[in-house]
Amino acid sequence: MPARDVAAPRPARPRRRVPLALLVPAGLGLLFLVLPLAGLLARAPWSTLPQRLTEPGVLTALRLSLQTATLATLLCVGLGVPLAWLLSRVEFPGRRLVRALVTVPLVLPPVVGGVALLLVFGRRGLLGSWLDATFGVTLPFTTAGVVLAEAFVAMPFLVIAVEGALRGADPRYEEAAATLGAGRWTTFTHVTLPLVAPGIAAGAVLCWARALGEFGATITFAGNYPGRTQTMPLAVYLALETDPPAAIVLSLILLTVSVAILAGLRDRWVSAP
Amino acid sequence: MTVRGIRAALAGLAALTLGLAGCGGGEPSGQAGGGRVTVFAAASLTETFTRLGRDFEAAHPGTTVAFNFAGSSALATQITQGAPADVFAAASPATMRTVTDAGEASDTPVTLARNQLVIAVPEGNPGRVSGLADLTRPAVKVALCAEQVPCGAATVKALDAAGIRLTPATLEQDVRGALAKVRLGEVDAALVYRTDARAAASDVDAVEFPESAGAVNDYPIVVLKRAGDPADARAFVDYVRSDAGRAVLAAAGFQPPQA
Repeated sequence: MPARDVAAPRPARPRRRVPLALLVPAGLGLLFLVLPLAGLLARAPWSTLPQRLTEPGVLTALRLSLQTATLATLLCVGLGVPLAWLLSRVEFPGRRLVRALVTVPLVLPPVVGGVALLLVFGRRGLLGSWLDATFGVTLPFTTAGVVLAEAFVAMPFLVIAVEGALRGADPRYEEAAATLGAGRWTTFTHVTLPLVAPGIAAGAVLCWARALGEFGATITFAGNYPGRTQTMPLAVYLALETDPPAAIVLSLILLTVSVAILAGLRDRWVSAP
Repeated sequence: MTVRGIRAALAGLAALTLGLAGCGGGEPSGQAGGGRVTVFAAASLTETFTRLGRDFEAAHPGTTVAFNFAGSSALATQITQGAPADVFAAASPATMRTVTDAGEASDTPVTLARNQLVIAVPEGNPGRVSGLADLTRPAVKVALCAEQVPCGAATVKALDAAGIRLTPATLEQDVRGALAKVRLGEVDAALVYRTDARAAASDVDAVEFPESAGAVNDYPIVVLKRAGDPADARAFVDYVRSDAGRAVLAAAGFQPPQA
């Protein structure tokens, strides 16, 4: 199985001095990313932390966040992996354009993304009005709407990661499978997928993290209602309006939970050499 | 460089020349004029204050006014964290209190205007809303402001005064968010300020309701302690409260402060 090669231990490199020209900016970069976190920790209201943690609204928002981010990631994997495969393995006219379109949610301000979703899936939207009239389904202001908003914003992360993995994968394995008579579907499920599984896992983790932190598209498309559409970032934003210490506590909970899950997954699934 | 930037630079040059000419004597810039006033103002003041800023600049040549519009609470946080602001205009006394409690105000805030809630409905009023009681009908989707922001606090007050309980589809982060949901037709009604409904009159109709009289919102304004140019800052506050300023505010739907 080819995937084993990726995880195989590499010969130890001889230890050499790290050039200062790299070490200094690397250290500064790390500091830049970590210092704001230290600021949060320094300002956290540690004495009232236990009672704040047990406030009922906090757990509701956290549970909703974890559920919606996970569902959004599943949706992204289901649709994004085939899309990444199409972009990397099939020649078709306009492929560059499609690739550029996939990254649109990355550059679109999330609030605008939310408005765009409303224009399509809203009560008066292109598809939404039909969904409402035919099935009586309305997506805005529902938990499903939260999942949709998060998936819209997070999917590019998955597609880009998986496409990169597919492009980096050795094409000879797929060619060998084809010469041995495997069809494209069989090759995809039995060769390609196992080959790029670490890439998919890495993409899914990124995608999940982005979905977990999603704010703009969610509040615009799905609104904000406790227990139904109020995810942690929305709760943080509103807490910031009146009670900044509460906002810090909520942020810390979100950070702790996500870092714990990401660190746990990274060791288990994403075989980082 | 923007026109404003060029003007500021020219004003700076002029001040420098004057300073050199009058070398050795007098107060440094005690008089209003020639400075720059940075105003942090509630999002609901965006249109009126932009207009007032232009008028003020025309009346005080050489002085420029720069604005930072956002939710009052966010602005209050920015100010207490040291943002360089000269004047703060909030949408509620509660957010102003955050700033005065932190010792950032140079004197007592004064009320510049008052604002009242109305029911904003999409054009044509598809939900047939004629009063607060209609908002409790299950078929009517409602957007309210979250209780944590000024318009939400006023909403709670108005609903309590009317003895009405309702389950909204969403609790928005600010009044513009609630209004946007009406404009897009995603909700049948939202409680917003009269001024916001008037600004969106092209695709929103306003339904007045008597209970809103019990939840009138005061907009306080104050010169901040760290103002770089207190004289100009005060001149702007005075201008907002002058008859000319009140006329602009009234045209947008604000009510004058209580005498």
